[in-house]
Amino acid sequence: MLRYLIPVGLFVALIAFFFVGLGRDKETLPSPLIDKPLPQFSLPRVDDPAQAFSDQDLAGQVYLLNVWGPWCVGCRQEHEVLLEIARRNVVPIVGLAVPQSAMVDANDQPLSFEEVMGEIGLAQRWLRELGDPYRLSVFDQTWRVAIDLGVYGAPETFLIDGRGVIRYKHVGPMSLAVWERDFLPRIDQHRSVGG
Amino acid sequence: MRSLWVSAALILWLQTAFAIDTAPAFEDPVLQARYEHLARELRCLQCRSETIADSNASLAEDLRRQLRELIAAGRTDQEIMTYMTDRYGDYVRYRPPLKSNTMLLWAAPVLLLLIGGTVAAVVIVRKSRLPDDDLPEDDRGRSSSVS
Repeated sequence: MLRYLIPVGLFVALIAFFFVGLGRDKETLPSPLIDKPLPQFSLPRVDDPAQAFSDQDLAGQVYLLNVWGPWCVGCRQEHEVLLEIARRNVVPIVGLAVPQSAMVDANDQPLSFEEVMGEIGLAQRWLRELGDPYRLSVFDQTWRVAIDLGVYGAPETFLIDGRGVIRYKHVGPMSLAVWERDFLPRIDQHRSVGG
Repeated sequence: MRSLWVSAALILWLQTAFAIDTAPAFEDPVLQARYEHLARELRCLQCRSETIADSNASLAEDLRRQLRELIAAGRTDQEIMTYMTDRYGDYVRYRPPLKSNTMLLWAAPVLLLLIGGTVAAVVIVRKSRLPDDDLPEDDRGRSSSVS
């Protein structure tokens, strides 16, 4: 009788491992950029592409950086939540609009402004029709900034503190539950530290 | 029969072709070889069981483009891998790095083989030492008269 306990015991241990494993979130990758400075960027504004906007323009403020695109289904899902968060007026939301794939030609050179204007126009229309939760949005034509931020699947939302340091990242559509549980406490924490 | 071997050899050799780009990215064969090698070392984070060399996902295309840019800019293989892991973490390396938290991952196959082999050896040795008592009763008389 006793010698059967060993394989049974191993089996139970294995099942326990599987059970714990099933409950874990394996989709989200831990970001190596938490507590690191936001990568510098200077990108054209979606509302006025002739003008540039850079990370320096928000120095000193705590804000959300939301990566989105008019092609992105998850972004459509979270849009109502972003509008609500913007209504609550806790921190500004800055949009980083990305095309589905980098807009470059066969030689890896960025496509011309005229060619890109169509995509920016789509983004403008999306905001006009669905509402604009953003203080402003900028357009990342070549995905350079998105890659610098370790973006692998839109939508993604970053929390940036007053010193330009990334403090939190959420991958996937935003929800009010995530906002209240994961973002608000950190906003309070980093606001009180002088920005 | 010979053509069968030739076909098999050809098929296996063609596995090394880098078919995801429409044309080689670099004219310099050294750079092209580095590009193909590194593209097989980086994971596509949308289709995570594939490398960026194999995946058709848009992120894979963008990461390949970034890889081409880094190689053209003269970065070393080490610098390029660091560039990627700085942004995406260790998981972007297709082969997990050997670190303290991946020791068990790498050691597991060898460990399981050793444990399984030991258990098998012990069981087999023990069983081989038991007397032959597996003949059915009515055969006992017959076998003892033969031996």
